[in-house]
Amino acid sequence: MKVLVPVKRVIDYNVKVRVKADGSGVDLANVKMSMNPFDEIAVEEAIRLKEAGKADEVIAVSIGVKQSQETLRTALAMGADRAILVIAADDVHQDIEPLAVAKILAKVVEEEQPGLVLAGKQAIDNDMNATGQMLSALLGWSQGTFASEVDIEGDNAKITREVDGGLQTISVKMPTIVTVDLRLNEPRYASLPNIMKAKKKPLDEKTAADYGVDVSPRLEVVKTEEPAARAAGIIVGSVDELVTKLKEAGAV
Amino acid sequence: MAVLLLAEVNNGELAMDATAKAVNAAKALGDVTVLAAGGSAAAAGEAAAKIDGVSKVLVAEDASLGHRLAESTAALIVGLSDSYEHIVAPATTDAKNVMPRVAALLDVMIVSDASGVVDGSTFERPIYAGNAIQTVKSNDAKKVITIRTASFDAAGEGGSAAVETIAVGDNPGLSEWVEDKVAESDRPELTSAGVVVSGGRGVGSEEDFKLIEGLADKLGAAVGASRAAVDSGYAPNDWQVGQTGKVVAPDLYVAVGISGAIQHLAGMKDSKVIVAINKDEEAPIFQVADFGLVADLFQAVPELTEKLG
Repeated sequence: MKVLVPVKRVIDYNVKVRVKADGSGVDLANVKMSMNPFDEIAVEEAIRLKEAGKADEVIAVSIGVKQSQETLRTALAMGADRAILVIAADDVHQDIEPLAVAKILAKVVEEEQPGLVLAGKQAIDNDMNATGQMLSALLGWSQGTFASEVDIEGDNAKITREVDGGLQTISVKMPTIVTVDLRLNEPRYASLPNIMKAKKKPLDEKTAADYGVDVSPRLEVVKTEEPAARAAGIIVGSVDELVTKLKEAGAV
Repeated sequence: MAVLLLAEVNNGELAMDATAKAVNAAKALGDVTVLAAGGSAAAAGEAAAKIDGVSKVLVAEDASLGHRLAESTAALIVGLSDSYEHIVAPATTDAKNVMPRVAALLDVMIVSDASGVVDGSTFERPIYAGNAIQTVKSNDAKKVITIRTASFDAAGEGGSAAVETIAVGDNPGLSEWVEDKVAESDRPELTSAGVVVSGGRGVGSEEDFKLIEGLADKLGAAVGASRAAVDSGYAPNDWQVGQTGKVVAPDLYVAVGISGAIQHLAGMKDSKVIVAINKDEEAPIFQVADFGLVADLFQAVPELTEKLG
């Protein structure tokens, strides 16, 4: 079984986000970029499936700007076998919407015929939480979202999902799309020898046009603003003072 | 202009708070028809009919719709979609599972987690863990939207909408429910609680999380946790408040041993009053706190629990 893992290049988890002065978006020029943290978990899970003999090949795919190559090299260094880069934008500030990403991924799935797609549940930039579900819809496949446990048993997979009240376990028909939540695993760090080896692994370059997918956005960005700042608070000196202040504020 | 709103139904019961908040947000878009779907949903439908601003309720009952499986629920909504311009749901994990699937089947881009409704096609939504608020205008013929419930008040009760039972199509048969592991708790539900007490990595262990729970019980509060505390195994994931967990906006939020990473702030900074207890005076949580106490939580929390009596 092949496993396809979509990975996204996003602003690094630790970088302070700055809104551009013209309100068109968030400033991404000369900012540290990394693989979306949830996608790292997906890559890790795919590699573990291969190590457990349940998958034969792990293919990482990224859709976006040319620089997403680096993200794919990270996936290859972690242990993915090969990578596909689909160039869909020239400007690092252009975010490809989940619907367009899902359409391109559906074409990649048609070509590669994976038995499983493992994706992050959400990208930490646009926070949409949509690509996996959309891909599943377009393919007419089952979906197991927000997974904290994945257990493939022949034609079915048992997925434990993180839901509002606790955990839900479902059984889905294979092939399926699983979107991963943070407790599924702890992604490994790529070792230096593996980083070197990753440079020699195959990385195919395509464009959105190769797949005949129109990536023009359906959501027009009217403006982007900093959220309203909270008024400065006060530091209290003791628990007693805290209790007094809370009572004055009518909070308790 | 008509709105179809997917009610949050858990085991046949309506989640009133989440649904009523979504109704309040959706009222501005047009006439609201609520869809109550589930293995059993009639009682939920009756409850939804009482929400102010609901003009009609559709009840769809079928075993395949139990436990809100995405494939069958999305197929049901798509089957009804012709009569509606907006398809809306509260941004719960159930709806986040279902609604993007609906959107893709209709070939429209979803507007996830809307925190504001500007007009029928323009919405505000937080991006980058709430570090920016983006206003987006949908150019699609239909709009599929999930509503960030923490950003809206609940619509009142007092309505009496007509309730109609509708037929359910074939089960696509792609997935089956196996089991739920729901933590039993007498505490209020996290996203609708008036008070939330959250613990972070500073709490140090699952055992010591009892301190947080003790303070929460004294205040009649829900218990929350930072991602760091969840990652460290101190607290279950469904307590997680933040970018990838739940978004809350209670009247009082008490953050204990939480440093205040932007990802956590994303989930609580709209709370009315924020209290932070942390021994590190440099912790970023103090920048959003109304009342900060620089103290060892192992002394301050028991003392606070006692003195709030």
